[in-house]
Amino acid sequence: MPTLSEADSKALLATFGLPVLPERVVDDAEAAVAAADELSYPVVVKLCGDQIAHKTERGLVRLGLADAAAVGQAATELLGAARPEDGEVGLLVAPMVRGNRELIAGLADDPQFGMTVMVGVGGILAEAVADVSIRLVPIDRADAREMIAELRTQTLLGPFRGEPAVDRQRLADVLLGLSRAAEGTPTLVSADVNPLIIVDGAPIAVDALVEVEG
Amino acid sequence: MSRTEQFQALFDPRGVVVAGASTHPGKFGFVALHNILANGYQGRVFATNREATPVLGVDTVPSLDDIPAGEADLVFVCTPAATNPDVLRAAAAKGIQAAFLASAGYGEAGDEGRRAQDELVALADELGILIVGPNGQGVISTPSSLCAQIVAPYPPAGRIGVASQSGNFVSSFMNYACASGVGISRAVSAGNSAMVGVTDFLAFYAQDDATDVALAYVEGIADGRRFFEEIRAVAEQLPVVLVKGGATSGGARAAASHTGSLATDDRVFDGMCRQAGVIRAATIEEAYEVAATFATQPEPTGPKVAVVSTAGGWGVVTADAIAGTSLELMALPDDLIAALDAELPPRWSRNNPIDLAGGETKDTITTVLEIVARHPDVDGVVLLGMGIQSNQARIEREGPFYPDHGLERIVAFHDRQDHRYTATAAALADELDKPVLVATELAVTFPDNAAVRGTVEAGKLCYPSSNRAVGALEHLWERARWRRHRRL
Repeated sequence: MPTLSEADSKALLATFGLPVLPERVVDDAEAAVAAADELSYPVVVKLCGDQIAHKTERGLVRLGLADAAAVGQAATELLGAARPEDGEVGLLVAPMVRGNRELIAGLADDPQFGMTVMVGVGGILAEAVADVSIRLVPIDRADAREMIAELRTQTLLGPFRGEPAVDRQRLADVLLGLSRAAEGTPTLVSADVNPLIIVDGAPIAVDALVEVEG
Repeated sequence: MSRTEQFQALFDPRGVVVAGASTHPGKFGFVALHNILANGYQGRVFATNREATPVLGVDTVPSLDDIPAGEADLVFVCTPAATNPDVLRAAAAKGIQAAFLASAGYGEAGDEGRRAQDELVALADELGILIVGPNGQGVISTPSSLCAQIVAPYPPAGRIGVASQSGNFVSSFMNYACASGVGISRAVSAGNSAMVGVTDFLAFYAQDDATDVALAYVEGIADGRRFFEEIRAVAEQLPVVLVKGGATSGGARAAASHTGSLATDDRVFDGMCRQAGVIRAATIEEAYEVAATFATQPEPTGPKVAVVSTAGGWGVVTADAIAGTSLELMALPDDLIAALDAELPPRWSRNNPIDLAGGETKDTITTVLEIVARHPDVDGVVLLGMGIQSNQARIEREGPFYPDHGLERIVAFHDRQDHRYTATAAALADELDKPVLVATELAVTFPDNAAVRGTVEAGKLCYPSSNRAVGALEHLWERARWRRHRRL
């Protein structure tokens, strides 16, 4: 199944109300610096393309770039790291956000029950913790609220390390948006919002990957 | 003939025919007839037998063609698969609207059996007759005193409707009904679900005046979406308790996305249940207890639980159990503490769990229980430590000194008191429309204990441990909350 690029994935989900950062996709280092100047530092620069799925594993994500020089260097290196099989690539420049908490959310097609929406605890321990809750699309607000309340790691949703509690209303909005995205995009096969970083209590889809029928 | 009328014919037939009645007590055709006759069914009972030999005093006829028309609504089929099309035709010609097929050799028996099953369903559709099964163990309906099944036992009458993909689990649920005293309205083993399956029965129970709670066992689901839609429609009308057998079929899900790899099939099923408002139980035993709870206790309007105990340890363990749930071990309001201060010795816990600190010797249990249960902030009560005195009374009654030395009088006193305490708990639940659950291991260790009898005779379940009472109470709250969130 083909995947959309990170930028296109987020753009699609944003049309259904998912909170994403203002970001730019550019072709070269010069344009990356211009974009970073416009967005204000620090920024993140990633190599982006339809064929690129595992950016972190390949070192194609550069975080916390504090000035134009750092952006220019990172951009040049990333373009140099592109492989022929990556196809058409670009540079994605986005503001750097910080949050101590990462969630995941997504859509998956279950062979028995059809399209499902999920939310879970993210981060590097996500798979080991396996704290997720799932519903069938479509969901309503009561379902979304219950999904969030059902996560075992509720302490993570309260005030945490100097950050306010997770805004459950907005987190529910993310899940409702995903549900609408599934309903409104007949070709959608799956969506993976990872991480969904909690910034000052509000969830932001920092990375996303949407899979569509080929 | 509407489906509802067909189900009515299945559960409340005016007369029943056992097709393939046998003189051999080891055969289904004997057992089915025996169970119908032995459990008080009031309608007419007919039986067919190739040789027309009487079975259990019932004169049999060689074929369904020989029974009077319009006298029976249900045929219980024990004949071999090959003869069943003729049985259905003859049954339909006599006005029979429902057929329970115990016969095996259908969908469970490979391609040929599946073909035979499909043909039988097509024939039944054409004849306007309902097929339940095949390969099922039978149907029970206490409003009609009907025990048309090839397994035991026949349960006490009650408000729980059972539908199961496994006949043996129908039997398990009936065993729990007999043991607990919390009874059954209808029960059916869906067998191969050739024509109607578990959700069809649940949909009937949702409309059935005799049924307040649905209890289901499922293994395989043919169409997940349809199952979800159907069971949610039922759950909007009455509590549905479900237990699912069968391990998860991992791997079917595309592992392409990270989130997908975390989402096992069972989590999808679990989420589906929660979304549909279906209470999922982990075990058969828990499923029955939870269904029995819905059948006998009101749903709470909030999560606040007060624990009343005659001794510290039980309260502590129960507080631990509550901490692991969505229930709340409520802080006692000042006015409640003040009201209890007036009744209890100064060393009472002044906290929740409410430890009566030996207050029972002053006969304050019913007073305290009433004060707690009637307090508007209390959403539910768990009562612990009942039956201790009557358990002591039991060894005195059975010992060598009874009835002398004043034992007769004290034994009778303790029995009377313990019975009164738990009967009061049951009466308060009914009067206040608020759950009041009694838990003691005496429910299983000495079920004739007066405290257990006080609960059971009031039609309630006596929980064998406080953990299980708390688990059941949490399920009550789970459903109440689901309904509240949806304004149902």
